[in-house]
Amino acid sequence: MKKRKADMSEYILRVKDIVKSFVGVKALQGVSLDIKKGEVHCLAGENGSGKSTLIKIVSGVYEKDSGTIEIDGEIQSNLTPIKAIRSGVQVIYQDFSVFPNLTVYENIAFNSELMDNRILANKNRFRQIAQEAVEKINFNVDLDAIVGDLSVADKQLVAISRALINNAKLIIMDEPTTALTQNEVKALFKRINDLKDQGISILFVSHKLDEVFEISDRFTIFRNGQNVFTGPTSELDNESFSYFMTNRKFQETPYEGKPQDEEMLRVENLTSEGEFYNINFSLNKGEILGIAGLLGSGRTELALSLFGMNEPDKGKIYIKNNEVEFKDVADSIEHGLGYVPEDRLTEGLFLEQSIGLNIVAANLPNLSGTMDTIDGEATENEITTWIDNLSIKVADPKLPVQTLSGGNQQRVVLGKWLATKPDVLILNGPTVGVDIGSKHDIHTILKELAEEGLAIIIISDDIPELITLSSRILLMRDGQINEEINSAETSVAELTEKISLDIDQVV
Amino acid sequence: MLKNLVKKTEFYVALVILVIALLIHVRSGAFFQTNNILDILNASVVPGLFTVSTFMIILSGGMDISFPAIAALTSYVTVDVLNSINYEGSMVLIFVMAAVLGALCGLVNAFFIASLNLPPLIVTLGTQSVYRGLLQGALNAQQINMLPPAMGKFARASVYTAEDPVTGATSHLPAGFIIFVAVVILAYFILYRTMFGRGVYAIGGDLVSAERAGFNVLAIRYFLYIFSGIVAGITGIVRSSMNQMVHPTNLFGIEMTIIAGVILGGASLVGGKGSLLGALLGMFLLTMVQNSMLLLGIPGYWQTFFVGLVIILGISITSYRNLVAADKAKTLRDKSKEELVNE
Amino acid sequence: MSNKDTNIVQEESRKFFKDASFWRLAIILVALIIIFTVYNPEGFMSIANFQSMSYQLPEFGLMAYGVMLTMIAGGIDLAVVGMANLSAIISAIVMLRLAESVSEPVAIIVAVLVGLLVGTLCGAFNGLLVSRLNVPAMLATLGSHQLFTGIGLVITQGSGISRLPAGYSTTGRMLILDLIPISVIIFIIITAALAFQLNKTKFGQELYLVGSNYEAAKFSGINNYNVLTRAHTMSGLLSAVAGLIMLANYNSAKPDYGTAYTMQTILIVVLGGVSPAGGFGKIGGIVLSILILQVSSSGLNMFSSISNFYRQLIWGLVLLLVLGFNFLRNYMNEKRIAKAGKTAAETETE
Repeated sequence: MKKRKADMSEYILRVKDIVKSFVGVKALQGVSLDIKKGEVHCLAGENGSGKSTLIKIVSGVYEKDSGTIEIDGEIQSNLTPIKAIRSGVQVIYQDFSVFPNLTVYENIAFNSELMDNRILANKNRFRQIAQEAVEKINFNVDLDAIVGDLSVADKQLVAISRALINNAKLIIMDEPTTALTQNEVKALFKRINDLKDQGISILFVSHKLDEVFEISDRFTIFRNGQNVFTGPTSELDNESFSYFMTNRKFQETPYEGKPQDEEMLRVENLTSEGEFYNINFSLNKGEILGIAGLLGSGRTELALSLFGMNEPDKGKIYIKNNEVEFKDVADSIEHGLGYVPEDRLTEGLFLEQSIGLNIVAANLPNLSGTMDTIDGEATENEITTWIDNLSIKVADPKLPVQTLSGGNQQRVVLGKWLATKPDVLILNGPTVGVDIGSKHDIHTILKELAEEGLAIIIISDDIPELITLSSRILLMRDGQINEEINSAETSVAELTEKISLDIDQVV
Repeated sequence: MLKNLVKKTEFYVALVILVIALLIHVRSGAFFQTNNILDILNASVVPGLFTVSTFMIILSGGMDISFPAIAALTSYVTVDVLNSINYEGSMVLIFVMAAVLGALCGLVNAFFIASLNLPPLIVTLGTQSVYRGLLQGALNAQQINMLPPAMGKFARASVYTAEDPVTGATSHLPAGFIIFVAVVILAYFILYRTMFGRGVYAIGGDLVSAERAGFNVLAIRYFLYIFSGIVAGITGIVRSSMNQMVHPTNLFGIEMTIIAGVILGGASLVGGKGSLLGALLGMFLLTMVQNSMLLLGIPGYWQTFFVGLVIILGISITSYRNLVAADKAKTLRDKSKEELVNE
Repeated sequence: MSNKDTNIVQEESRKFFKDASFWRLAIILVALIIIFTVYNPEGFMSIANFQSMSYQLPEFGLMAYGVMLTMIAGGIDLAVVGMANLSAIISAIVMLRLAESVSEPVAIIVAVLVGLLVGTLCGAFNGLLVSRLNVPAMLATLGSHQLFTGIGLVITQGSGISRLPAGYSTTGRMLILDLIPISVIIFIIITAALAFQLNKTKFGQELYLVGSNYEAAKFSGINNYNVLTRAHTMSGLLSAVAGLIMLANYNSAKPDYGTAYTMQTILIVVLGGVSPAGGFGKIGGIVLSILILQVSSSGLNMFSSISNFYRQLIWGLVLLLVLGFNFLRNYMNEKRIAKAGKTAAETETE
């Protein structure tokens, strides 16, 4: 019976002419998407192009205004989350939707137990369900572990295992690689290919170019709530992909500015037990230095120590040849350091506060005079200067920063740091979650800043980004600088391989 | 790893209970006498009942400080109404009536907290004020010394009686203790043996995820606050019976001790973590300290101070340990990651 | 996408809120004054009534400021009443002891300073718990309230302290220009100082930032520990001033004075537009909501059938209504915008 039904349709999902509008915005203006059985399909598009809205409609979270949805040959009229799950559609959200306080087996088993309307909780049955699920993807994990203690990648695998127990036919992964490092992404792709072999379709939602090319069979690209491309991956290349996404053409040019002779930052034998050891490097005025490495290689910890967040155990930091010791973040800001953190939303921005206050947030000491009084005029000037300089698109700087797009938000964070007039700016994943257009703009800004003499350190998982922007790249591994690489003498493939060297032996 | 930590919290609380008991015994020589133990168990009935429902609410990431007001209001109304018709029937109706009234009060809390999604502390602060105002203002409640006969009988009913060999004074384990045990068993069953109870943990861990997983979050949250109201109603009757009077105000302030006990027992105030056993141990520790003050000859006005001190020390130690644990977990996570890489 | 929608809604509602909420409170205040005046013109609109109102207002008004500061920082202060009472008790004891050996004015001045110091220390203690030990503010202050009240009980052995030197109460209830109580002058000065601090100083801006995103504040070089500790310390100091005013008004100190004020201060702060989630709140709204509470309280006094206990009922109901109203307003706003959006989208399709 089941088999016949499968033969009936080549497609697991067909959506046609979907229209959906919210509060004055037409999010989807009649989009279509077909996913074949057992294929990896990529849905790409900039932020706000309507990808997430379509996912929510397909998974029954939102109601469509018009259009048809056909899952496994059956037209679905009033789709609810439960109906969607019953018909085999599973969504793995960006945050994985796990319970950090509960065990792995409970996290995996809850969904299916609730689907079966179970009243009683039975640990043994939970464990059995979970065991089967993790075996499906060869996921080696302690079922009794608390999920909050797992790594990001393992949390994702918990979410994938959970999706599989409900006989998923289509797994939708929303930006699944955002929080993963290169090697974790590799491991994930391996598992996705296994699922594909089992006849399960994957809808991969992403805007990271290189990755989606590698894994996807076919592509659908949205722009402003409309289809702009559907077809096999072979019909796309980097250039046309960017063009479809943004309707703009980009030419990424490497940073060609020459570092000046003046040394801005030097680090000698910097060590923080359990995090990084004997770090030595120097950074000149107008230079962009890249740091590559896996999550846990000590790269973020090193940045935090340079920024006065964590006190190093040993070693010395020199700024303009003067030895410094940072008591706290404020101290390091005063010495001319700035840090654009990894996670824009939780560490970089005050979402509900005004754009203006966000821009001056790190610069309040400089804007306040006697008795802590804030200089209103200077503050206004500062805000307008940076909005202009970084061409941040704002209607009114008094509006909350959350009304801005991702790219503009990242510019606000950048503006916040540039307002402190730093000599050295450290950026950790400066373009994570930023769309192609803004990414290009941010790169241009960084290159200009370096040309004007700012010393920049970029920590990134984005290898092309590192190679384009920086002249030298420090490769960190196990808390140590493993190698210093000249960007001009390496390629994306070579560097990727060097970084991934260790994990390949594991997988 | 965390599981062990929680176990440790309970272990430590039990250890502290033992140490304090020994200290009191050395000072007064009376702690481990059956009479004293029975007295403490006796005194644990009311806070114990409150602890069960409060723990469940805190576990879900919520808060309720209105339960003493609910207990006072419902027991007063129940007794007053039944007195006015010279009720001479059984205990069952009395409990049912108080429980229904309590459920209604809990429903109001649930509506504001679960349906309107408002901060639980502020909501229950408001409803507490309303319930107290109803009791003391609208009903102009005074102490009632005449109770329905069934309540007197219920109070005298004893599960176990002990007589002090020296003084001849007797101590009872009252029937209310059975109710306490029954509620504990019920709560334990719900929390650990039903999907509904796992849902309480799930909500405390991540409310949005719980919704996505298919838990009926609204129903669970309604249940918790209504359950708290019901338990408050029953507890009010148990307490009035034991005291042989209904007093409009003498329960007020107990919410502090109850919350303190739950937190001492290892529950996290943001929800998701903790065990019923730990909460009950925490409650027992506080009850024991309060009860033993008389034994040690410390004047009653020291009580508030001691409870406050224990709360501050308890939460400080818990918070400090959380800080250390968070640090440790982070390093461990990084380590395990590195190990994975190094393999 | 969904983010964007809620953003629009929030932005809309915030605009609406900013402009409307202040005026809404002002209208409520005026309406209340008119109602009570019409009901009893001689009783309500008398100098005596205004003076009795102004004696009481600073007591809970200052405590409400304490709650406001901590709530903007993302926490809460449930210990304001405990701190006020403890400051008053210790101050009263010092005053009584000193009055035996030194002149009355000296005794009073020293005692007042000691009282202020006690409140400041209590607040700093809360601040340390909240910032350094990372104890949730609600729990820390719920516990420390118990502790401070307990210390007060132990010191007074469960009773109160009265028979203060006569000069204290007379000075504390002195009328400036024969009209305005000195406590009101103090209240106005403090209000102005707080308004300045919140709007025009680094600390004020940092307070909003910390309340809005603790992590991002840390990454912006803001010393979160200092900001939180300072907010709680200020709350302690404000409570101490309130306690000293109560000491003058009642001419005695007791560990359980003003227990209803905890509820009242939170009502004021929520009514005045401070977000319980932190990061928002303006002093203008708080001042209006303090006035609203005082006017209603005095107005209720004119109805002899309404006992003091009724007031609890009324304040509780008002709090729930305000919360419900805020919810409804957001909900309606969302609906309104959604509807507007739908029509806009439809016209676009045609």
